[in-house]
Amino acid sequence: MENRTDKNSYTIIFAIVMVFVVGALLAFTASSLKPRIAENQRIEKQQNILYAMGVNDNTEGSAVFVSTTDAPELFEKYITKQLVIENGVTKEDSEAYLMDIKKEKAAAVSDPSKRRLPLFIGEKDGKTLYVIPIYGKGLWDAIWGYVSMDENMIVQGAYFDHKGETPGLGANIKERFFMDDFIGEHLLDASGNFKGITVAKGNADPKNEDKTDNEVDAIAGATITGNGVTAMIKSDLKLYKPYFDNLKNN
Amino acid sequence: MALLSKKDTKLITDPLLDNNPITIQVLGICSALAITAQLKASIVMALSVMAVLAIGNVVISLMRNIIPSKIRIIVQLVVVAALVIIVDQVLKAFSYELSKTLSVFVGLIITNCIIMGRFEAFALANGPWKSFLDGIGNAAGYGLILVIVGFFRELLGSGTLLGFKVLGDPIEKTGLYALGYENNGFMLLSPMALIVVGIIIWVQRSRNEALIEDH
Repeated sequence: MENRTDKNSYTIIFAIVMVFVVGALLAFTASSLKPRIAENQRIEKQQNILYAMGVNDNTEGSAVFVSTTDAPELFEKYITKQLVIENGVTKEDSEAYLMDIKKEKAAAVSDPSKRRLPLFIGEKDGKTLYVIPIYGKGLWDAIWGYVSMDENMIVQGAYFDHKGETPGLGANIKERFFMDDFIGEHLLDASGNFKGITVAKGNADPKNEDKTDNEVDAIAGATITGNGVTAMIKSDLKLYKPYFDNLKNN
Repeated sequence: MALLSKKDTKLITDPLLDNNPITIQVLGICSALAITAQLKASIVMALSVMAVLAIGNVVISLMRNIIPSKIRIIVQLVVVAALVIIVDQVLKAFSYELSKTLSVFVGLIITNCIIMGRFEAFALANGPWKSFLDGIGNAAGYGLILVIVGFFRELLGSGTLLGFKVLGDPIEKTGLYALGYENNGFMLLSPMALIVVGIIIWVQRSRNEALIEDH
């Protein structure tokens, strides 16, 4: 006797019903949780920017953000100005930190003049810090981060994150041992031209004592993720060079 | 045992050794190679797979009489994908930190062949309670191998365990490193995971007579 679940009509109806039920379930979950998720992501951006400035609850060896409840207040306190640079024109924008760098980069592919560059200026311990968001691609998916620097483009702090790098290898770019290496590194070469920072394999400086060599030590087994970090630092931070040149001349 | 009958206990203990999904059935190898460079990642992956496999097995088992056999693989895939995405969304809304840790594993969970394998081989033919136990057991067997591989790869590759420097500091040259010991960077790469899994299979086969094949 033929089973009723073997009939073609049953199979097709089952498939249609399943698609509707699962689709509705996913759509309902996504839309009902959207406000909470957006709020979490907004606070995370504030935590990231504060982290890059050196405002964090780091413990020995591991990177810890300021708590989600304190983040908005601390962000208000430490970030004095948020700017957007468009075609060399600088404007203030208090929501600049919410800008989607991925979209900005995509829009700039066809027309580079369309690129808007967000820049966050903060004060910490009497020092003025410039925090810049960067975005690029690693081995599997997107990687991004925030780099804070002084007016001479010397890195004062860095935060990196990733969407899907290999756990234990590329995913280690968000560990302190990697991020802390960037502190004090120069983005410019000796003659003041932009050179970026290279994540270099087998360099002769594993403790990273030479801060003017424009190099940090790479992570074993994470070559492509490391190259991605190098590339996004070079391509994104370079665009801010004219702003820092201006800063010096005035 | 009062809580579980003898048969039910076997559902949990069998996949740990005699019918281990990785070493005997050779399933779930891809994720076992990819994420075992650190012990912590291995543990997180093992727990995630356990949750998804146990719940998924129950869902498939409840639907086993209404699933059309012609498209059963697609139905299984939809169930596991929907399950993982919903859990990920809920975590993103209510436990953002945890979801950040797990997000990397989501894709790896959906494509884990153990999950499809257990849906197909067990949940489609058994009741929900048995399927639940089977899910827990198989995920535990998978997790056991992951933890063993992760332990050796992190210890020999990075000289740490769960991030703690148990062998001393390789840059400051303390502990074992003062004696000239070096980390084996090869342990961090996937081929070494395959070799470690191979060694586990070898040890297990040589000790268990039932597994030794005649020639």
